Amino acid sequence: MKIKILDEKFDPWQEIVEFKRNELQNNSNIGASSVFLGTVRDFNDDETVESLFLEHYPDMTEKYLSKIVEDAIKKHKIFDGLVIHRVGELKPTDPIVIVATWSEHRDSAFDATRDIMEALKSEAPFWKKESNEKGFRWVQQDKQATVDNVET
Amino acid sequence: MNICVRYFASIKDDMGIGIANIQVNDDMTVGKLFEQLTADKPYSGIVLMAVNHEYVNSSYKLKDGDEVAYFPPVTGG
Repeated sequence: MKIKILDEKFDPWQEIVEFKRNELQNNSNIGASSVFLGTVRDFNDDETVESLFLEHYPDMTEKYLSKIVEDAIKKHKIFDGLVIHRVGELKPTDPIVIVATWSEHRDSAFDATRDIMEALKSEAPFWKKESNEKGFRWVQQDKQATVDNVET
Repeated sequence: MNICVRYFASIKDDMGIGIANIQVNDDMTVGKLFEQLTADKPYSGIVLMAVNHEYVNSSYKLKDGDEVAYFPPVTGG
């Protein structure tokens, strides 16, 4: 398992190749690799996005991402998982996040990648702030992403 | 007891600071503390609470040395 929080632009495909080469090269039981890549759009809710700032809570972020990937490894019996997430200043088309998993068969890799991504969106302490010529705004959470212990 | 309080995202903007070391009375809960800290300017949005990097609910009783964090719903990914 590998969790990385980066404050500068990265090449997601290079990261996947390196992880596979370094951590999984001798695993001939791998039959499926699944990857989700999230990138910055230049619009959101009909507003232009010129840049995006990603804030996070150091230590808690790594703790929850590790827990999320460990849960997916146990639940879906995948061989391994990789999560890389950007923080800091991003521009449209920049990669924000990659989630990659490796398993024997496609179902477990697809399911594990989706579960990790959905849990990340509801639990991992990151916050997006979008900017354009009018100013900035903190992005609101998707309705799908919720946690049980929300206080109002 | 001594507590470290951290704020993130829009709550940090509202509070005007990101981190503070404060003294609180025994039997203080994480929810009650937030009410006290925002008494002058009540926060109207949803707030999530964490202690020592774990989500907690508002009834969690604080202990000396705890690190408390208050933040809005997360929007990563």
